[in-house]
Amino acid sequence: MSTNSEVADIKPPAINVGVLGWVRSHLFNGALNSIATIVVLLVAMKFIPQFVQWAFIDSVWFTSGQECHEAAGACWSVVTQNIRFNVFGYYPYEHQWRPLVAMIILVLMLIYSRDWKKWNRRLGYLWLVALFVMGLLMKGGLFGLISVETTKWSGLPLTLLLSFFGILASYPLGVALALGRQSTMPVIKAFSVVYIELIRGVPLITMLFMSSVMFPLFLPEGVTIDKVLRAQVAIIIFTAAYVAEVVRGGLQAMDQGQYEAAESLGLNYFQKMRLIILPQALKIVIPPTVGVLISAFKDTSLVVIIALYDILNTTKSILNVPEWTGFSTEAYIFVASIYFVFCFSMSQYSRYVESELEYKAEEK
Amino acid sequence: MNTEQIQENNDTAGEKPVIEIINMHKWFGDFHVLKDINIRVMPQEKIVVCGPSGSGKSTVIRCINRLEEHQRGKIIVNGTELSGDLKNIEKVRAEVGMVFQHFNLFPHLTIVENLSLGPIWVRKMPKKEAEDLAMHYLEIVRIPEQAKKYPGQISGGQQQRVAIARSLCMKPKIMLFDEPTSALDPEMIKEVLDVMISLAEEGMTMIVVTHEMGFAKTVADRVIFMDYGEIVEENEPNEFFDNPQHERTQLFLSQIL
Repeated sequence: MSTNSEVADIKPPAINVGVLGWVRSHLFNGALNSIATIVVLLVAMKFIPQFVQWAFIDSVWFTSGQECHEAAGACWSVVTQNIRFNVFGYYPYEHQWRPLVAMIILVLMLIYSRDWKKWNRRLGYLWLVALFVMGLLMKGGLFGLISVETTKWSGLPLTLLLSFFGILASYPLGVALALGRQSTMPVIKAFSVVYIELIRGVPLITMLFMSSVMFPLFLPEGVTIDKVLRAQVAIIIFTAAYVAEVVRGGLQAMDQGQYEAAESLGLNYFQKMRLIILPQALKIVIPPTVGVLISAFKDTSLVVIIALYDILNTTKSILNVPEWTGFSTEAYIFVASIYFVFCFSMSQYSRYVESELEYKAEEK
Repeated sequence: MNTEQIQENNDTAGEKPVIEIINMHKWFGDFHVLKDINIRVMPQEKIVVCGPSGSGKSTVIRCINRLEEHQRGKIIVNGTELSGDLKNIEKVRAEVGMVFQHFNLFPHLTIVENLSLGPIWVRKMPKKEAEDLAMHYLEIVRIPEQAKKYPGQISGGQQQRVAIARSLCMKPKIMLFDEPTSALDPEMIKEVLDVMISLAEEGMTMIVVTHEMGFAKTVADRVIFMDYGEIVEENEPNEFFDNPQHERTQLFLSQIL
């Protein structure tokens, strides 16, 4: 005890702190790690300058395809010259401001709603209005906006539409299925198990294909259901099965005592699930849930199989034009970066939600 | 604390029992865990159930609010017979408070939310009123200053006191305690027992499964000793401890005291 003040005054050795300390403890702590660090550095030194040369120094940005073929570097012109077709696809050219505004509304609404503590009835109505406006912009037919068939909806708006509603609808459906699978009622349990196992046993492509080709065969003559809607339903049904299994993991991780405590207070089944079990179980499974939802976002690109033109398919179409063939790297880098922005945002948001849900004492 | 006073409150003739367990049996699969259990609990009675681990004592009280299902015999709580009828079960559970060995507080809710949840959702009480009620019972268990914290931020003894308060907020007619002090560090046992003793003094009907023999001696009107799923001996505490009849009881007491 008596030496306490002296001990407190001693500084840690310089080698253990600061930049040098970090480098030492993270990059060169042991022979194997040191070798790995050096190898990675060498590889980076070889390739990064090459990439920069290709992508930025020798690259061309706003030229025709012809000039591109003569350039040494990347041909970003494939993106810039085709940007409107790439993003909006076959949506009528002079009306492409409509999906653009719709997408901006969607993104703004998502950003505005990010803090779930502010979720209330007013925000719900706001969403209804926003969805109506977005639908109106996309579909038209009212207020002097010419009607645009859903078969013409393509590019990024289609990708966002399929993902947004796919995620929005499949999450609650998946939670319901997970609860159903744990139900003591045999019919509900059997239905949930069969649903989950059946859907998980089938690739999404098959389901999209069935929704597009087989499903119409069963409809009475003259009845048609919109192709985009069918794809949307297939995506929702598919994703829900995966969400269900992830949520089941969360439910099984719950301590039995939580169920018993809720029951012993006299809460009924729905109160018990809504107030006690799900808030905890869903929190546990945020990381895998977001994994499933990010997959769902990327899987929307499979609608190419039923000839819907999402943003990946419009890119392919551009590359089929002789003028632009051979620039797939550049075009795909562009599409990849769009996917990345959305997926990375989702993953960041989930981390924010997780950290917000830490049980902290209120500061009062 | 005050034994004579408790004795006076006890056994008012002609009153109906609040809990009646008649010829009750229970099996876990093929294993016969409870054999012909008969217990009658009068209003304001305090009963301590003890016995070696695995004797079925916890299972008995878990049957009373149907966390476990019995297969034969009858359990009548507060005039309602427990059957498969869900409405009856929820009714009984709202009248019977339960305190668990591992507290089972809801970790995602603050202390005051833990307490007000039952009144709000089961009793349909307005939020403000329920929170006032919660604070009232937090005063009673002597931790009102922890109201805004989460269960993970307070000690085990405090958590168990919160759990008791959570049950009390439902204004139960009966309180069941399932080894309430077994998971606590020794220095925290007393604070929980003190709360239970004052509860007993106020005339709460209680069934307590515990190894705290000191508590049994001070508070219990009757002690029930169970072994191998049977009630071996049942007596008032002085007789039970000073003059145990059955040799299994004698063995148990010799090991525990």
